[in-house]
Amino acid sequence: MTSPAQPPGAHLPEHPDFLWENPEPKASYDVVIVGGGGHGLATAYYLAKVHGITNVAVLEKGWLAGGNMARNTTIIRSNYLWDESSGIYEHSLKLWEGLEDDLGYPILFDQRGVLNLAHSLQDVRDSIRRVNANRLNGIDAEWVDPAGVKEICPIVNVSQDVRYPVLGATYQPRAGIAKHDYVAWGYARAAHAMGVDLIQNCEVTGLETAGGRITAVETSRGRIAAGRVALCAAGHSSVLAAMVGLRLPLASHPLQALVSELLEPVHPTVVMSNAVHVYVSQAHKGELVMGAGIDSYNGYGQRGSFHIIEQQMSAALELFPVFARAHLLRTWAGIVDVSPDASPIVGLTPVGGLYLNCGWGTGGFKATPGVGDCFAHTIAHDKPHQYNEPFTLERFTTGALVDEHGAAAVAH
Amino acid sequence: MQLIPCPWCGPREEAEFHYGGQAHVAYPDDPSALSDEEWAQYVFFRDNPSGPFAERWSHNAGCRRWFNAVRDTRSHDLLAVYRVGEPMPEVTA
Repeated sequence: MTSPAQPPGAHLPEHPDFLWENPEPKASYDVVIVGGGGHGLATAYYLAKVHGITNVAVLEKGWLAGGNMARNTTIIRSNYLWDESSGIYEHSLKLWEGLEDDLGYPILFDQRGVLNLAHSLQDVRDSIRRVNANRLNGIDAEWVDPAGVKEICPIVNVSQDVRYPVLGATYQPRAGIAKHDYVAWGYARAAHAMGVDLIQNCEVTGLETAGGRITAVETSRGRIAAGRVALCAAGHSSVLAAMVGLRLPLASHPLQALVSELLEPVHPTVVMSNAVHVYVSQAHKGELVMGAGIDSYNGYGQRGSFHIIEQQMSAALELFPVFARAHLLRTWAGIVDVSPDASPIVGLTPVGGLYLNCGWGTGGFKATPGVGDCFAHTIAHDKPHQYNEPFTLERFTTGALVDEHGAAAVAH
Repeated sequence: MQLIPCPWCGPREEAEFHYGGQAHVAYPDDPSALSDEEWAQYVFFRDNPSGPFAERWSHNAGCRRWFNAVRDTRSHDLLAVYRVGEPMPEVTA
């Protein structure tokens, strides 16, 4: 074979235009958002779009959307038990339904439905209660028996001779998945177009206050003065809050997930199981995407223990015997900030101008548009939006908890 | 899978252990005197450092005894283990 006349790749088209720029940080901003993941980018987008606040920087210590936004299992649903949760998650789902048009960017949002399996009589009772609560809140939900499960997702093993037989499931047809990277890029592109500075490789190392009010952030790229600071740092929220002496009721844990090699379409929906700790969908490209329960110990290392994956795989094989010949492609972990009641903390702090968005634990991705909208409102008005009003830090003192351990569907 | 050095049994596989969260959280001396804020701190608020963390483990599938460990939450390295009632040893992360 003779050597080619052109170097390899020379025939390829030019690199497309970048979706956003990488500006140097300015000396000061009206609002500094700490964390360039889905929540931070969405908050910046709604601050600019809904409230006209565009002198905004999003600071990201690594690269945009490289933390939990790149590590989640992309499941979107709103079938939570309590009215408070229904409010914010359903608000989010409604925004998802119009997001592609809103952002002018493809996000591959696919409402293929979610089944939450019940494996015990108590599961069945809790699930039917949750279906009823959802319907009272105007959320699409139904109870399906094992034959119905089989009809919706034919590869689920509904036979009775397994350790945890499927006794039925809740079904939310409007639930689904989206392409996580595209969601982040869509928000980043639109926020950038409205004048928001997206600053990567910029780690916050200190928070400066004066007279009980936030004044600036210290970063690895210098001091940046800020009228308001909004924390969207998920697993690292406790570390940031400690910089102003604020203690949070959070524990940061590794949460693992994995994908198989690319396969023909076999899995038409999303299946989650609380009791056996696995949740599965098939990505558009064809990988089976599976999430596990959290690793038990606190950890910031973005990796977890192997026996968690073993348990997750044994659960997956019992539910989906057809997966036995699938090969594992890769596994990873994100750091999730788990709160005592499996509900988030979104709102004001004792420090003036400092706002908190954390505690989403294992379920933050689905909330991306909803919390972006509500958190932007909170920052713009210095007052919570009606949908995040119940999710205060004070609820751990008053006792007004929003216990979603059942609907969170990941073992905590 | 990492090995955890049980102070009684020696190094065993992590799957034999159960995690117990932050160590040295004492039950309040006078519970009836606590304010709501103090109860909240005792029940719900825990340290969550990125770095060395003193925590409780139980060797569930072994001697079934509780002990304390200092572990670096960034690397998951166990820096020290010590028995309940002993003070937290000095560690360098």
